[in-house]
Amino acid sequence: MTKALPANLEQIEVNLKKLTNQRTRSSLLGIAILILIFFGGTLVSLEANAGSFGRGIANFFNYPRDLFVDTFEMGWKYWPRVIKYIPELIITLNIALFSTSIGFILAIIFAIFSSRNLIRNKRVIQFTKFLMDVTRSFPTLIIAMVFLYLMGKSSLPAVIAITIHTAGALGKLFTEAIENCDGKPIEGLSSVGATWTQKIRFSVLPQVLPLFLSYGILRLEINVRESTILGFVGAGGIGEMLAALIQWNYGADVLACMFLLVGTIIALDYLSAYWRHKLIGANQ
Amino acid sequence: MSSSLAIQRENIRKLFPDTFKQARKSRLRGQIIFFLVLVYLIVGFFTLDVVDIPKKWKPQNAAMFVLDTYAHKDHVTMKWENHEDIKIAFEGNYRSVYGRDNLDKSIPDWFYKNSDNVGNVVEFNNKGKAILYKDKVEIVNFPKYERGFTIKLNSNGKPYLVGSEDLVIEDLKGFRITENRVEFRPTLYERIQVYPKKVEIHRYSIGWKYFWFDFSSPLEPYTFFEALGLTFSKERVVPEMSNLKLFLTEIKDNEAFMHGRVWWAMLETIVMAVLGTMFATVMALPLSFLAAYNVTPIKALRFTLRRLFDTLRGIDFLIWSLIFLRAFGPGPFTGIFAIGFTDTGTLGKLYSEAIENTEKKQQEGVQSTGASKFLQHRFGIIPQILPIFVSQSLYYLESNTRGAVIIGAMGAGGIGLQFLGALGTGNDFENVAYMAILVLAVVIFMDRLSAWLRRILIGSDQLIVR
Repeated sequence: MTKALPANLEQIEVNLKKLTNQRTRSSLLGIAILILIFFGGTLVSLEANAGSFGRGIANFFNYPRDLFVDTFEMGWKYWPRVIKYIPELIITLNIALFSTSIGFILAIIFAIFSSRNLIRNKRVIQFTKFLMDVTRSFPTLIIAMVFLYLMGKSSLPAVIAITIHTAGALGKLFTEAIENCDGKPIEGLSSVGATWTQKIRFSVLPQVLPLFLSYGILRLEINVRESTILGFVGAGGIGEMLAALIQWNYGADVLACMFLLVGTIIALDYLSAYWRHKLIGANQ
Repeated sequence: MSSSLAIQRENIRKLFPDTFKQARKSRLRGQIIFFLVLVYLIVGFFTLDVVDIPKKWKPQNAAMFVLDTYAHKDHVTMKWENHEDIKIAFEGNYRSVYGRDNLDKSIPDWFYKNSDNVGNVVEFNNKGKAILYKDKVEIVNFPKYERGFTIKLNSNGKPYLVGSEDLVIEDLKGFRITENRVEFRPTLYERIQVYPKKVEIHRYSIGWKYFWFDFSSPLEPYTFFEALGLTFSKERVVPEMSNLKLFLTEIKDNEAFMHGRVWWAMLETIVMAVLGTMFATVMALPLSFLAAYNVTPIKALRFTLRRLFDTLRGIDFLIWSLIFLRAFGPGPFTGIFAIGFTDTGTLGKLYSEAIENTEKKQQEGVQSTGASKFLQHRFGIIPQILPIFVSQSLYYLESNTRGAVIIGAMGAGGIGLQFLGALGTGNDFENVAYMAILVLAVVIFMDRLSAWLRRILIGSDQLIVR
């Protein structure tokens, strides 16, 4: 008995060493790959960048400083400027809210048709999943640019692009939510002879709706950013205004727009965190 | 039966009046919210001019756009003053002219002398023919048209359709006649335009021609696989360089699809996303420890870092990229830093929340062995949060790929700018489609890659939040 112990310990020691070595080796390999990517990427960037890296670092504060100097020169006359751009901001928010709502509705339809516990037909599920993958993967910018080209300048391309992307992105999350929901309420409703729509209405929806709304609010926050960016390429709203102001080099006005944007995004960030906590925090 | 059910229901209602009142109240609230949303949708419908979609939608433009993404066309041009000088050019490009001596490019077989040995025939893919004469253009043999047409110039030098007075409207469909132009376009694939000075014919065919080797390439006569086979043969196609080198440079320098430039731009975009995410991860890792209450006891420091994360995240990458664009100029550095700064905020917040949510017991276990504070964190916290870190970073890698395309389009270069350029020229729609497909493929690839890495590194491809 006393003799067997050292032998066992030795075996354990050997195993431990083997495992540690293996771990160290794979960690080192991972780190090596990361370093390789880092240096490769840096080389590509140095090759492709127009300005040099060192000068860029040195110049980094120039632009923000110019903006602030411009603003301070204006003094108290500055605040009416900020207010002047609020209607533009509302256009951007309107685009985001409207397309999120429509995308939300489309996403629910997508999700119902791609959930394994609601649809028996595999073909339908595969097709819907494929549709969601494609709509989700296209950057909104590319869809918006094409529609801008086809329809001329207006907010509509942004609405279409964000709606399409939202439908795909939310659809995927919604599908997961539906597939992970409790099956017992569905069984219960089946036992009393409920139809397919009744099952969805009374057993699935009550379970997933808080989660859906929470995802939707998160999406809304992302979409406000998106619609600003799309404005930048010509879809109207504060983004387009900002692009024009930058081109004209109106420092104070640029900063006013930036303040409005950052304020809105931070406010939405807190609001969405609060709402989401209320929605799912209470349920769990 | 039904009446007894109703009585029972009444009894239940009387027994639990509060519950029913509650239910009615919450139902009413749901209805009000639903109504408000409906009102907003209607308002949005009108304020955003959604009603104008049919008005703004130009089907002609859209049809041309879609047609050009999957088809290519050859232009045949004849000037009236010299009817024997007929130019056939691919996409109407003056550098891609068939039959020009220095290029040694033979005339395509759909252009030939008519059987009467006078006219020149352009035969379309649907067997319809346009025959060019010294003083007229004859249109014959089009399916669904029982008769042929002749277009001539009148004494004022304006084109007109011969005998158009006798034609019924049924025959005239496909024609568009204005004072200075007679256009015949039976389907999207054939287009014949007669002007006072010239005749221009567009002949469409399906496919991306010259995708691998462009019009003037010495390898153009071969298909892709034939050319690939040639790289193994000793006999040189051109004396200056080996076949393999020729094969690669010809693909890279393709004038129509610009593979070299597009792929380089794609690489730039990927570099922006990958290095930006790495930058953010490396920055967020130590900062998140300092912002977590179970690691850092100093409240002021935690508060400052939390607000720093909020600010970095709140100043969206749009604004970051504008600032960096001024500093670094167009190029990947702009994208790397814009993504890096924004995501330092996002990842820092997520990481520090993850650290705060760790189990305390493991840290206590390490502490019981007499380990220092640093070792407690190293062995008590890091093993718990490593999967979350990896999972979050990889998740952001995928969405940053899309972000990098957008930053590129705003001026930082990469595939986004290339895409904007191709769309702006207004006629390279096959390039637009090519790049859109490329972007889609890369984004889906990154999605799969990050899911795969998550699976082999942490054993689950789902995003771990807590």
